[in-house]
Amino acid sequence: MSFFIASSPHNHQKRTTSRLMQLVLLAMVPGVLAQFYFFGWGIVWQLLIAGFTAVCAESLCLIARERSPLRGLQDYSALVTAALLAVSIPPLAPWWVIVIGTIFAIVVVKHLFGGIGHNIFNPAMAAYVLLLISFPVQMTSWLPPVTLSGESIGWWDSLRLILVQYTSAGYSVDQVRAVATGQLFDAVVMATPLDQIKTDLAQGLTLSESLSKPIFGAFAGHGWLWVNVAYLFGGLMLLQQRIIQWHIPAALLGALAVAAIIGSLAAPDALPGLNIHLFSGGTMLAAFFIATDPVSAATSNRGKLIYAALVGVLIYVIRSFGGYPDAIAFAVLLANLCVPVIDQYTRPTAYGQAGGQR
Amino acid sequence: MSTEYQTLANDGLWENNPALVQLLGLCPLLAVTGTVTNALGLGIATMLVLVGSNITVSLVRNWVPNEIRIPVFVIVIATFVTLVELTMNAFTYGLFMALGIFIPLIVTNCAIIGRAEAYASKNNWYNSAFDGLMMGLGFTLVLVALGALREILGQGTLFAGAELLLGEWARDLKIQLFSFDYPLLLAILPPGAFLGMGFLIAGKNWIDGRRKAKLAKAPIEKAQRARVTTVN
Repeated sequence: MSFFIASSPHNHQKRTTSRLMQLVLLAMVPGVLAQFYFFGWGIVWQLLIAGFTAVCAESLCLIARERSPLRGLQDYSALVTAALLAVSIPPLAPWWVIVIGTIFAIVVVKHLFGGIGHNIFNPAMAAYVLLLISFPVQMTSWLPPVTLSGESIGWWDSLRLILVQYTSAGYSVDQVRAVATGQLFDAVVMATPLDQIKTDLAQGLTLSESLSKPIFGAFAGHGWLWVNVAYLFGGLMLLQQRIIQWHIPAALLGALAVAAIIGSLAAPDALPGLNIHLFSGGTMLAAFFIATDPVSAATSNRGKLIYAALVGVLIYVIRSFGGYPDAIAFAVLLANLCVPVIDQYTRPTAYGQAGGQR
Repeated sequence: MSTEYQTLANDGLWENNPALVQLLGLCPLLAVTGTVTNALGLGIATMLVLVGSNITVSLVRNWVPNEIRIPVFVIVIATFVTLVELTMNAFTYGLFMALGIFIPLIVTNCAIIGRAEAYASKNNWYNSAFDGLMMGLGFTLVLVALGALREILGQGTLFAGAELLLGEWARDLKIQLFSFDYPLLLAILPPGAFLGMGFLIAGKNWIDGRRKAKLAKAPIEKAQRARVTTVN
């Protein structure tokens, strides 16, 4: 009679990577629904195009690297990357934007660095930066929220705008934008709330003047508030399911909050406050879905706290003093670069060893 | 003698390429490779300086005390850079303006002082001249490859502005491969140069790896041993 002998731990978490990734996708559903409600059909098409491109690129890469494409695709990580990218870009961006971004994310950022588990940068964010730098016009053309403009675009026209850049009535994205925004203001191009603040401050308006514009609701950016609340809800689901630990979201939001409070105390009429920073742009998406990527984030718990706090502070600094309106992608990439150093200095001591000896 | 030249050529163009392997002189490499014309212009200028400085350093190598050799090399290189700069100012003024500060900056190109120190100060002048030519050619080829990559991706053209380098007739050299509604700005911006450089180095390593694998696979034929003595 023989016994199976194995060293501890004996009680395993039975969750596989594919199950984790499926749950992450599931947790994104509330946020996607909120974006669908406020920004229309575009998000659905972007998700479909990104998903399809990601699966194709992933299979081709796996075949080129002489690995089994079926096994590789079953971990769903490519789809998570595609989804994160698709929800970050403007819903009516032309199809080639998302296709180029997804291919770059999968082929260059993920597979050239060695595939899943080896990429030093977050693939979705690296692709986002590539797109933002290469196609600044397309990447900042957000329509005003449907609920604000009352100008909803049907699923067919959305698809046409994405694929051929014209609706069935022959309007381009810019014209649709002009119509949608024209009902609200005279010839002011609508932007995301953070963009709006940046433009207004550059034009010499004060913060309170900027905040009185209709894009800002009572609390934070109109529509964006609810998108962020929905992602917060999805993130809490992930926490409850123990897909992610509390360290990264808490440290990121905490650092961002502290920075925002200090900033608004120091210059109340030049730097947007806490509510704007936490509930505009992609803050919640970043805190719960992007920065928590287990591959490109720091490893130990102490490391995670440092890493996420760094992301939070960087988001604040780049948003307030940088050239681009939102800063999630840049902040995450810069923090990814610091991860090896953070890991080096936060290595936990082994159980039973004297502390501090490495 | 011919094997010495073969080694020098192989080293300069591939095995020990200043840009791809030694990773020297990356500043101009990354800064001016927006178009093929700029890349070719700077490449040729660097090559001329490299050949000239290699010959001179080699000729004076026995009279220069070891302690002050670096300042001497720098003065020699600076002399040739000034020659090239004034020549370009006179004959290819448009390119001179386009390259701007990067022509005087050839002085600081570590590939040049590296060759002076590593090769020219130890070898005779004709070998040094050939070494400079090959190293310069290798550097120029990488510049042109990177320039072509970035120009195609960023503007969809090749040899745009060739008239700056070659004169008016070269205006027709410009090839419009395709035209974009929206250019891929990344390829024109500095990050694109870094990415493109990374791809070039990766491509070289990939080719080397495949070559090595092929060599390893090929069976090594055992030499037939002819016994001429009896077994003791």
